[in-house]
Amino acid sequence: MANVSIMTFNILSILPILTLAGFGMIVLLVDILSSRKLGEKNLLAYLSLMGIIVAAILARNSTGTTLFSFNESFAIDNYSLFFNFIFLLSTGLVILISHSYIKREEINHGEYYALILFSTIGMMLMASGADLLNIYIGLEVMSISIYILTGFKRSKLISNEASLKYFLLGAFATGFLLYGISLVYGSTGAINLKQIAGFIADKGSISNPLLLMGMALIIIGLGFKVASVPFHAWVPDVYEGAPTTITAFMSVGPKAAAFAAFLRILMTAFGATHYEWQKIIYILALLTMTVGNVVAIAQTNVKRMLAYSSIAHAGYLLIALVAANDMGMSSVLFYILAYTFMNIGALAIVIIVSQKGDEFIQIHDFAGLGFKHPGLAVAMSLFMLSMAGIPPTAGFVGKFYIFSAAIKSGYIGLAVIGVINSVISVFYYLRIMVIMYMKEPTRDFNPLTLSPLIVVAIVLSVIGTLHLGIFPSKIMEIAQQSILILK
Amino acid sequence: MNKDLLIYLTITCIKIFIVFGVIQFMIISMIWFERKIMAHMQVRLGPMRVGPHGLLQPIADGIKLLFKEDIIPEKANKFLFVLAPVMTLVPALITFAVIPFGDKIKIFGYSIDLVITDINVGFLYIFAVSSLGVYGVVMAGWASNNKYSLLGGIRSSAQMISYELTLGLSLIGVVMLTGSLSLVDIVNAQAKIWNIILQPIGFFIYVTSAFAEVNRTPFDLPEAESELVAGYHTEYSSMKFAMFFMAEYANMITVSAIAVTFFLGGWQGPFLPPVVWFMLKLSGCLFFFIWVRSTYPRLRYDQLMHFGWKFLLPLSLFNILITGLVMVIKG
Amino acid sequence: MEAYIFYIMAAVSVTAAVYLIFEKNPVYSALYLILTLVSIAALYILLEAQFIAAVQIIVYAGAIMVLFLFVIMLLSLNIKEELKDAIPFQKIPALFMGILLFSVLCIILKSKFVQGKQGEYTSAYVASVGNTKLIGNLLFTDYLLPFEITSILLFVAAIGAIMLAKRKL
Repeated sequence: MANVSIMTFNILSILPILTLAGFGMIVLLVDILSSRKLGEKNLLAYLSLMGIIVAAILARNSTGTTLFSFNESFAIDNYSLFFNFIFLLSTGLVILISHSYIKREEINHGEYYALILFSTIGMMLMASGADLLNIYIGLEVMSISIYILTGFKRSKLISNEASLKYFLLGAFATGFLLYGISLVYGSTGAINLKQIAGFIADKGSISNPLLLMGMALIIIGLGFKVASVPFHAWVPDVYEGAPTTITAFMSVGPKAAAFAAFLRILMTAFGATHYEWQKIIYILALLTMTVGNVVAIAQTNVKRMLAYSSIAHAGYLLIALVAANDMGMSSVLFYILAYTFMNIGALAIVIIVSQKGDEFIQIHDFAGLGFKHPGLAVAMSLFMLSMAGIPPTAGFVGKFYIFSAAIKSGYIGLAVIGVINSVISVFYYLRIMVIMYMKEPTRDFNPLTLSPLIVVAIVLSVIGTLHLGIFPSKIMEIAQQSILILK
Repeated sequence: MNKDLLIYLTITCIKIFIVFGVIQFMIISMIWFERKIMAHMQVRLGPMRVGPHGLLQPIADGIKLLFKEDIIPEKANKFLFVLAPVMTLVPALITFAVIPFGDKIKIFGYSIDLVITDINVGFLYIFAVSSLGVYGVVMAGWASNNKYSLLGGIRSSAQMISYELTLGLSLIGVVMLTGSLSLVDIVNAQAKIWNIILQPIGFFIYVTSAFAEVNRTPFDLPEAESELVAGYHTEYSSMKFAMFFMAEYANMITVSAIAVTFFLGGWQGPFLPPVVWFMLKLSGCLFFFIWVRSTYPRLRYDQLMHFGWKFLLPLSLFNILITGLVMVIKG
Repeated sequence: MEAYIFYIMAAVSVTAAVYLIFEKNPVYSALYLILTLVSIAALYILLEAQFIAAVQIIVYAGAIMVLFLFVIMLLSLNIKEELKDAIPFQKIPALFMGILLFSVLCIILKSKFVQGKQGEYTSAYVASVGNTKLIGNLLFTDYLLPFEITSILLFVAAIGAIMLAKRKL
């Protein structure tokens, strides 16, 4: 909060976005100009990683500043910075785990990396968007890239089906969002979040049903993107059909981006009407975690199970949104970071263990992994424990923060239901561990889909999960500073 | 209703009638001209029997078409089959609403613009209307329930969409130079120098795309008789066929009038009255259409698509870029 | 006069939209959609938004819908085949929700509207500067960022079209 400045055309403020766009296009060009053989595309992965590192360095430069550019529609502050790092981290990890996977699945096209980079642009725009228009455009850039990536296994029916389903339902949800934005604009005459807040402070909102309806529709649109119940129907099929790397990507990045926009819109623009939206989010949170956890128990496919677990995690995050206090907001940031590590790590192991064509991703296919490949099994167990919320992992600390935020705001019932849900979730997370260590191996795990890059990703995820679990205070402090701008 | 409004409405109606009548007359004379000119280019005489030098031939043709049986195929979709020729002809005619064909004149103390209406988005109006023209062809192709017709309709829609893009982009250069979308402003801006000199690439792209838009040789694939019998109007007879026929000529006149307005200085010119200049330039353009028809063979379908997307489109974007650069440099 | 045109065009667009949904022949549905789009363009003209009206017709009616028809005709869908309702019991809740939404809308319409702030672009001002010029100015000043990001959006869409549809990569 050092120096608040208002500039209109500040190219420097979008430098990370421009960098990613530039690298995306370079990747495409190099892909065209280099040899057409599938094996020789290692360069593209390294180029994309370089783009992410450069973007991260450029984004780091603006630490501590608060700056609104482009007619106050684009915000550079600690909040957007925190999210930008989450996006860049998750994109980096996904590129690391993609390298060997897309070779195995023979989808090694340069467009893959380019689309991931473009999608990250959309996420960054969503986190930085200080008006509804930017948030909407960011959401579209992000979603359309992911629709395409979902259908990237062109010869596989299941992938095509997932892509089409995601596209149709996503377009429908975007329609809701856009309708909501137009109602809000119609009733307040502003798309800038601060101006909307100013209008509500001026005129009040209770007597303005159009505005409330617009808000509800925006919640529906974003609720779809974070995969909350009852807007979750697409999740299992899409997560299962998409290439596993893209499953990892879309379970983290878009969810984080949608939460970033969610928090900014609800806190900045509709902060004064929190009694209204808290009720809606309360119900969403309740349904989301309960349905997610209960249905996850019945799954036999690991990707589907992780899909339902991803729904459940969105439910926990929504609890923090209901709490709507400092601790709740900062715990959202913390939890998303923790989730990034544990979820991408878990899917990385699924990639290594599965075979070409995404064979062997049933839960019992993990039988005996603990004897044959103890390293992988230990890492997988760590991620599962973290997701279940068992100390000393990141997941435990994240859940602890979220539930205490809910209690602090007086939502004790919600916190209790959250804890009960955590207990339910332990069942299916531990089942994988049990199968890995207690069952005899039924198959030969070779050849493992290994490459140095994917190992780096898993090591990073393990370190991240443990570090956040054992030394959470530093990150939590940063998260607490980041959310100051929202009020 | 006050007096001014009444006079305004009367004048507008008169203008509409005159423009409409002139276009109808031009269509009829075009048919004769085309047959004669092509004949002479191919060292033939063309129609000679009906009237002196076959001058009455178009009237004879018209009477013939009028008295023919009007057939609607049994399996055809009746409603769309009837609607299609209308949908083709109407957009071609109403485009003329914004084209200025002369300077202001004074009659009985009233100042009259020689344009039916001058709207500030005239350029966009033209494209909005002409983009609807494709529906007539597509509907005719589908409603006929005939595979040749359908192929013709599908070809036509693909071709028109491809070339509409370059058609629009070719005129952007002119709009950039003028700084207005009103066609009257565009003509006025050409008092000193015609846009064809400033925008030679744009003119080239426009002419090429215009040929494709109106489905004329060398881009007449939708009705390629050697492959598709007669394309989308295979099943049409009598006056419905005549309407397609008229629409083709009306379209030619429209795109020629746009070319005159955007590139050839509109009604501007020395000595002669503006309306005469406009008609002269228009006739020149129409002659060019006939000339090309008797000179070039038809393109193959893939050649057509490649030419449109891989050559004309980049070229038109390049033209816009150059125009912008020069404008920035010259201030 | 304007009010009459509004009611006529609004009625046309809503009727065409209803027919669009209930029409069994996909070609007719597409044609009704075109009618809806064109009548909405007419509503834009009544709002003195000529630019948007023209763009609506050029882009939607002139380009996108032609491609729609193109695809429908190429597929030559069998009209007689009745679409089976996969979830037959959804009709009753759907009807219930529809009635609920309608009554909510009625309540909203009956309630007192809180007016948003008056915009700075009055129709007199728009007419004096010119509709297109004003939009152009705004796009390149206040809304530059979304405008430019849209280019990335289109780029991504183009990549997607090639990736998913090209027969051989």
